[in-house]
Amino acid sequence: MSELKTKHLLGIKDLSEKEIHLIFETADDFKDVLNRPIKKVPSLRDVTVANVFFENSTRTRLSFELAEKRLSADVINFSSSSSSVKKGETLLDTVNNILAMKVDMVVMRHSSPGAPHFLAKHIKANIINAGDGTHEHPTQALLDTFSIREKFGDVAGKKVVIVGDILHSRVALSNIFALQKLGAEVMVCGPATLLPKHIREIGVKVELDIKKALEWCDIANVLRIQLERQRMSYFPSLREYSLYYGINKKLLDSLNKEITIMHPGPINRGIELTSDVADSDHSIILQQVENGVAVRMAILFLLAGTRT
Amino acid sequence: MQKRLLLDKHLLKITISRLCQHLIENHNTFNESVILGMQPRGIFLAERIKHELEQILKVDIPLGYLDTTFHRDDFRRRDQHLTPNKTKVPFVIEDKKVVLIDDVLFTGRTVRAALDAMTMFGRPSKVELLVLIDRMYSRHIPVEANYIGRKVNTLPSQRVLVELKEQGKKDNIWLMDETDTDE
Repeated sequence: MSELKTKHLLGIKDLSEKEIHLIFETADDFKDVLNRPIKKVPSLRDVTVANVFFENSTRTRLSFELAEKRLSADVINFSSSSSSVKKGETLLDTVNNILAMKVDMVVMRHSSPGAPHFLAKHIKANIINAGDGTHEHPTQALLDTFSIREKFGDVAGKKVVIVGDILHSRVALSNIFALQKLGAEVMVCGPATLLPKHIREIGVKVELDIKKALEWCDIANVLRIQLERQRMSYFPSLREYSLYYGINKKLLDSLNKEITIMHPGPINRGIELTSDVADSDHSIILQQVENGVAVRMAILFLLAGTRT
Repeated sequence: MQKRLLLDKHLLKITISRLCQHLIENHNTFNESVILGMQPRGIFLAERIKHELEQILKVDIPLGYLDTTFHRDDFRRRDQHLTPNKTKVPFVIEDKKVVLIDDVLFTGRTVRAALDAMTMFGRPSKVELLVLIDRMYSRHIPVEANYIGRKVNTLPSQRVLVELKEQGKKDNIWLMDETDTDE
């Protein structure tokens, strides 16, 4: 296989295992490029990419922007806080206006689940979902699984626990799809109020006790508590959450094996992870960030590839 | 079905030996020279040349693989997607004499991309091109080879098929008519 079947990257759900492997193999080549003294290739030199962010982001936006620039694309940035969206423009109008300026690809983050799917139906450009509400965040899942593959050689057969707010997390959902497609076993762990009711039906294990979950897994992907998505209280206090679900060095030392810690960022230090864990050798958090650029370059390259 | 044999196993061996002798004339002991094989098939040829040169000269000759995919000028202009191969250049080419090696020279566009890709690894003092088959009179850009295995006059509709034992085939190089899809 040498190309993706889709024109857009809307979610992991639409990708096949083969397509994910194709993205990984292409990302390997780009990681090579990123380790050279000159980190830029001219592949997308006649392509214009708009980064349209209706929600705040640092890492994802920077990572996409860097990936685009390393591929020599022209980049324009848009964030809703400083735009006409505040004046009441609709999503379709905003994006159509951007496209009228001859943009070929749109990277979009939006707080409504399905927003990129809606756009994909109405406009011609390639759409990359950079996070849609509580639905999917495909590039994060791809860079997470790519980082697991890099550390362990393969994702298949690995046991991964996703810890924290599963209910509101697009990272969790995309990761579950990606891990399952690649043959890993997935468990979620967190307060019962933050676990989706029917999650077992998609083949995911559930564990409420963090120690038991960590004993089971090879890799723990620890999520941030997303206070901004919680309209009601799902747990009594952050202190209590941290006491029951926070991962600290003492807890890791009490396990009879070594596990790898991942986090999609931004970390709430002292809540879900203590600093001595986040900065330890167990953690591959910064490798995840590094791999993010290579994986996003691969996705841009593969989607832009054929004649338009 | 038209299929003409350009080089067989025996002729290929003689041609490679001749090219090696020619290289030695210009590069002496290869102490300032490196070889870059172009992906995908140029690397096999480059490996054979490296091996033969090392046997004659009794020195180590640096060999790298250069992939031109990210530097091609037909990205987004063709129906089929381009698939990248590994680039592996484990040395600096700054101030070295570089011998680029490929199997077939046709339009010259791949060579242009290779010259571009090469700049990522430094500024060589000199670049030369070695090809096994030169399809004459079909260049789109002004690129010519310094070392040529065999010159052939071809029609644009024809295709040169390179089969090497490294790909699990017999060493044979064919000139095919486009209508012939038997590979």
